[in-house]
Amino acid sequence: MKIFKALMVTTAVSLALMAGTAHAADKKIALVVKALGIGFFEAANKGAQEAAKELGDVEVIYTGPTTTTAEGQIEVINSLIAQKVDAIAVSANDTDALVPALKKAMERGIKVISWDSGVAKEGRSMHLNPSSSPLIGNMIIKLAADQLPEGGDVAVLSATATSTNQNVWIEEMKKVLPNYKGINVVATVYGDDLADKSYRETQGLIQSYPNLKAIIAPTSVGIVAAAQAVTDAGKTGQINVTGLGLPSEMAGHVKSGASKSFAIWNPIDLGYSATMIAYDLIGGAEAKPGAELKMGRMGTVKLDDNNEGAMADPFVYDASNVEEFSKIF
Amino acid sequence: MAEAHLSPRIIPDRLRSRSSRALKSWESLLLVVALLIFAFNSFASPYFLDPWNLSDATFNFTEKALIAFAMALVIISGEIDLSVASIIALTSTAMGLAVTMGADTPVLVLVGLGTGLLCGMVNGLLITGLGLPSIVVTIGTMSLFRGLSFIILGDKAYTGYPESFAFFGQGYVWWVFSFELALFVVTAIVFGVLLHKTNFGRSVYAIGNNQTAALFSGVRVGRVKFILFLLTGLMAGIASICLTSRLGSTRPSIALGVELEVVTMVVLGGVSILGGSGTIPGVVLAAFIMGMVTFGFGLLNVPGIVMSIFIGVLLISVIALPILWSRARRRMAH
Repeated sequence: MKIFKALMVTTAVSLALMAGTAHAADKKIALVVKALGIGFFEAANKGAQEAAKELGDVEVIYTGPTTTTAEGQIEVINSLIAQKVDAIAVSANDTDALVPALKKAMERGIKVISWDSGVAKEGRSMHLNPSSSPLIGNMIIKLAADQLPEGGDVAVLSATATSTNQNVWIEEMKKVLPNYKGINVVATVYGDDLADKSYRETQGLIQSYPNLKAIIAPTSVGIVAAAQAVTDAGKTGQINVTGLGLPSEMAGHVKSGASKSFAIWNPIDLGYSATMIAYDLIGGAEAKPGAELKMGRMGTVKLDDNNEGAMADPFVYDASNVEEFSKIF
Repeated sequence: MAEAHLSPRIIPDRLRSRSSRALKSWESLLLVVALLIFAFNSFASPYFLDPWNLSDATFNFTEKALIAFAMALVIISGEIDLSVASIIALTSTAMGLAVTMGADTPVLVLVGLGTGLLCGMVNGLLITGLGLPSIVVTIGTMSLFRGLSFIILGDKAYTGYPESFAFFGQGYVWWVFSFELALFVVTAIVFGVLLHKTNFGRSVYAIGNNQTAALFSGVRVGRVKFILFLLTGLMAGIASICLTSRLGSTRPSIALGVELEVVTMVVLGGVSILGGSGTIPGVVLAAFIMGMVTFGFGLLNVPGIVMSIFIGVLLISVIALPILWSRARRRMAH
């Protein structure tokens, strides 16, 4: 009998749960994330809900597995296919494993896009990157230069010397360097994405370059270690640490002044844009190389030969907003 | 108290009639639960009663159930195999490796079956040959097998499986009946006959109830156990073929955590975790229950964690129920 009681209670609970949703809106867009309960994705959902509100005739289904497995996401995708949703926007746990399930979704007339973490080309109609290498390269040098109107020496603290994306970003940064008058990149050092090594490399920079005005660390491990090293050396206010980091880890250093500002994608904008693009595709827009898809307040995204597009510049966090976002991710 | 509860089990004859009686009522209980969930799902979501959707839903449990049948026998014999998910990973990796060497579908299937058998043999030899406890051995091989696929694959993935290989995980035998579903039915029948209608099956029960008594009655305990681990390895290999075919790719993290879902399915099916009792029809019903709960809740977009809680509550009730029953009965007898 116990089992029946348990069943009845659960039945009642789930009935109550579903009673609230699944009404009115006529276009269903599913936002499938790597796993539920991750701050970054909860924030993306906030953006998606904002988009749904703005569009009016959209219901956003925010869902995902409990653990970050491809198998779990496939179960979720199968149930979305069964519900005949209009679009699926997925941040994939596995580039390849989701392809057969997503292909099936597309065969049944569902628009499929990936965002944040992509799906192989044949499993989606387009992929939305949060940003692009040129935009990131420009942003990290701009963050340093904005604080140095007179110019000055800056150094780069990277992850490993073989890290592909780090190297591409630094290369893109050097391409736009002439646009920032008076800024000299004096050194590039590698902290291997280890907190202690990054810390020691920063100490080395501080000693070798007495006129150093800024350290650019386009890695979330490096930027925190560098900010700590600058604080410990008593150089707060003289050397500005910037680059790419997570608000939750950087909030303290922004407060102390070791970092004036830093950048990273904004998950709210990402969820918002993914929903807007999905809506545009449902409305008949075609995802093909060169096409421009609408992203509401974020403007438009232009697709490259792989049907990939970049959303925007990395979002800048400083004393005015880091506190708020540090609660999210 | 535990001794008093176990004492009548020494006489195999009485156990047989008793357990079968208890299990009969157990399965009818599971059947009622399954029907209730089915009814609830059809009532709660307009999409549930659709042949194609129901067919899609079976993929949630068929691969796990294939292993659960073999696992049921292992658990009935008083042992456990926690390495099954890692066997899936290693088997899938071996097949991926074969693809890069230009193997075609028939060869891939042989590689899959062979790797599964080989893993099962390693488990079996360590457990029966060296007399080590199965829980320790299979926790060890759980890390070993998956570790090997991590070494071979690293952060890369094998893709590029031949088109015809997709049949096992994505193909249909007739109308909405997928290959996996057909395989599930055939395997259920084979294991049902093996456990309930053969001498081998009887000896599995005998070993699970009292290994020493079984040994003195002439049951070749070591050999039976070795075959059971071999079977589990083979079924994990078959499940790996299906899963790899369904995903169309291999990554070392494939089927992470599946071993616990398989054990859950077996225990929910009424197999005693202490060994000695349980039936294949029970496991079949448990597979359907777990599959329908996952799919039904998925249709309602209930967060996955709520499903886990539901399955957890179901499982604890299932284990607690017989104990509460026997206690109540004893109290009445006094």
